Amino acid sequence: MDCLPVDTVRQPTRNHIETIEKILCKRLHAIGPISGERSACISARMRRLKANRLGAGIPVPKMEVHLKKLISGNEAFARGAYEAGVTVASGYPGTPSTEIMEALVHYKDEVYCEWSPNEKVALEVGAGASLAGARALVTMKHVGLNVAADPLMTLSYIGVEGGFVVCVADDPGQHSSQNEQDTRHYARLAKIPIFEPADSQEAIDFMKLAFDVSEKYRTPVIMRSTTRVSHSSSMVEFGKRAMLRNVAFVKNPPRYVPIPIWGRKMRVEVEQRLTDLAEAACVSKANRIEYRDRSLGIVTCGIAYQYTREVFPEASILKIGWGYPFPDRLIREFAAGVDKVLIVEELDDIMEEHIRAMGIACEGKSVVSPIGELSPDRLRETRARMEGREIPVAEPLAEAADLPGRPPVLCPGCPHRGVFYGLTKHDVVVTGDIGCYSLGVFPPLSRQDVILCMGGGVTLAHGMDKAGEGRKVVGMVGDSTFFHSGITGLLNVAYNKSAATIIVVDNRTTAMTGHQDHPGTGRTLMGEATIEASIEEIGRACGIKRVVTVDPYDLGATEKALAAEIESDEPSLVVSRAPCPLQTRTMVGPLHEIDQEACVNCGRCLKLGCPAIESDGDTVKINSLLCAGCGMCFEVCKVGAVEVKEGGAA
Amino acid sequence: MKTTNILLAGVGGQGVLLASRILSEAALAAGLDIKQSEVHGMSQRGGSVMSHVRIGEEVHSPIVPEGECDILAGFEPLEGLRQAHAVKEGGVLLYSVDRINPSTVSAGFAQYPEDVEEQLKSFKCRTVAVPAVQYAEQVGNRRSANVVMVGVMSNFLEFSDDIWSQALTAAIPAKLLALNIAAFELGRKHI
Repeated sequence: MDCLPVDTVRQPTRNHIETIEKILCKRLHAIGPISGERSACISARMRRLKANRLGAGIPVPKMEVHLKKLISGNEAFARGAYEAGVTVASGYPGTPSTEIMEALVHYKDEVYCEWSPNEKVALEVGAGASLAGARALVTMKHVGLNVAADPLMTLSYIGVEGGFVVCVADDPGQHSSQNEQDTRHYARLAKIPIFEPADSQEAIDFMKLAFDVSEKYRTPVIMRSTTRVSHSSSMVEFGKRAMLRNVAFVKNPPRYVPIPIWGRKMRVEVEQRLTDLAEAACVSKANRIEYRDRSLGIVTCGIAYQYTREVFPEASILKIGWGYPFPDRLIREFAAGVDKVLIVEELDDIMEEHIRAMGIACEGKSVVSPIGELSPDRLRETRARMEGREIPVAEPLAEAADLPGRPPVLCPGCPHRGVFYGLTKHDVVVTGDIGCYSLGVFPPLSRQDVILCMGGGVTLAHGMDKAGEGRKVVGMVGDSTFFHSGITGLLNVAYNKSAATIIVVDNRTTAMTGHQDHPGTGRTLMGEATIEASIEEIGRACGIKRVVTVDPYDLGATEKALAAEIESDEPSLVVSRAPCPLQTRTMVGPLHEIDQEACVNCGRCLKLGCPAIESDGDTVKINSLLCAGCGMCFEVCKVGAVEVKEGGAA
Repeated sequence: MKTTNILLAGVGGQGVLLASRILSEAALAAGLDIKQSEVHGMSQRGGSVMSHVRIGEEVHSPIVPEGECDILAGFEPLEGLRQAHAVKEGGVLLYSVDRINPSTVSAGFAQYPEDVEEQLKSFKCRTVAVPAVQYAEQVGNRRSANVVMVGVMSNFLEFSDDIWSQALTAAIPAKLLALNIAAFELGRKHI
């Protein structure tokens, strides 16, 4: 039982009480999670403390028993960056990383925050800020680092001035991503350190550590998160914000200009830095050995540590929080201290490969699959496999059989539906892109034929066209995606004389990730009014002669415009523009309903794929709770059965 | 103290995440350790949403292990059924009786299982049907159905009334608090 001598405090002064509160906070942190009993003890002490304070006539500050806060990993990354004294932050939205910037912008009086048009731009903005002397944070999802890889590789050479951290969130299990790449490869490729927190408190602590390491060794640093770290909440304690650095760029071309004569010197320095960093990683508090039973020693990192503690509670653990360069000395010490070594890492066998190369016998991917997200359940299978037991099949009390799925769909009232519906009238190949409109791949619309990457809708279309694809090729891209990496592709379409039709489905926001602003919205992340970049004008400036804008809710006009552009042999640009109703939070129009007398059950309205239109095979109805009033069903109905619902005016 | 494992399953827009927040705040007020985890991303577009809440003295994994769920709250019967296998024998399975058709059903590609409630009741655990939307309408806001569900869940968690009121106050904006306390109370008295 942790007891503090509060009783001895008879007549507390303000200083007295504050000191005791500080001790209590420290104790609470030191003892970690608190049992009900401990909590009651602390709570009683706090009450007495407050009573004493009242007795002494000192106002009681807002101080609750629970001194810790519950925040998500992403909020914690933002808090860590704030405490580290970051003054510039940039990023591009991408699940599961988006909320880091959204949390950090709450400190906008002290931290400049921006959504950059893409990850490469964001990383370069951060690099510029760092070279000028500021501490800078850059955020993105794993695939975003591919876009930003070019500047990262050379920033490693020229090094940084103010601390520079790029926080990258991986998505094992592909909850909302197109691939499952492991960001740890980039640390090795760029020859820079990487940190991997396992919960929100570590997200704060490691962020501060990462900035210190970055500055001390003049290196960019990667902070790797995963969906489960970013989107899990756990308890943290806040600290103070660090002193800010002076900003003043000091000219020094041999250091900052990697022309070959200087670049070759930098190359040598990078290797020396890596040796120094490896030594630092061995003594860093981010890497620690927890000896328990020595018959099995597990090397693990990130969220996998939590699952390991759960499934192998008795095993010794080498917890890697600073994953590259590898802390070889620590690994050898641990391996020598245990009978058998197991590596538990999510995704690729990066640690395992290295540890094997060190000549240490270990198990890893033979018992832990590198595919998909890890979980306690999957580690239980690992354990069973290692112990030669039968693999436990999760024992459902009964099997819920063949349940209808609930996939994400284009929302009721989504403006993209008008374009997809128009495209169903043509035998075309549609090269798609990353965004809500990916959902147009599903029937009954089925008008996305391939998706590769951000901006890829434009360029794939051009490539198919040049290859001589017999059908017309239509490239589709969203507004945020157009600004991200669609513009250079469009320039290529004009420059190299494509016959492709490019459609920008502009819903005035970055919708899929939760409605972030971009260069076309007229507002910055900090909430300031700014320019509204015009997609049409950019198209014309690229050299596209045929530029047409349509209202996707006007199905007739949209179909006509699409038909004309698809017919044309020239490169053309169609901009379909209407704001996302989920963001405006307003009805598009009045509620609609179906007159059952008039309805002939032809199924035409069902071809819109609107979730508000429900059919049981015999009758078709509009669910008034879901209907957004876009009226597309009214437009497609040939018998006039769809009408404005009585009293359903918007 | 053993870790209590809670799963909340529903449809995007039902307030599953706010309900998780209330549970977490209660545990926080009680001085316990918490891990709460959710996967969002495409969930706003009518997809399934799931949240894990684990409460105890020291909690490591943020994910509830298969077959170890003490309390499952299905905010929609089909979503409850989808996760029912996670509930341990003797656990509690609550579900809101209000159905929401998945797009696959509305479009006529699949059938909503008519016997969803019978299937839910076939599990070897305590099953509680909750007319959550009806209760929420009684307090004047359909959207409070999620807080009704938390109210029902409160019967299976050993937190005092005081802790719950602290949790509701911490998680819900002041102007909606009174209404949601009423919704919570209706849920709490349901059993």
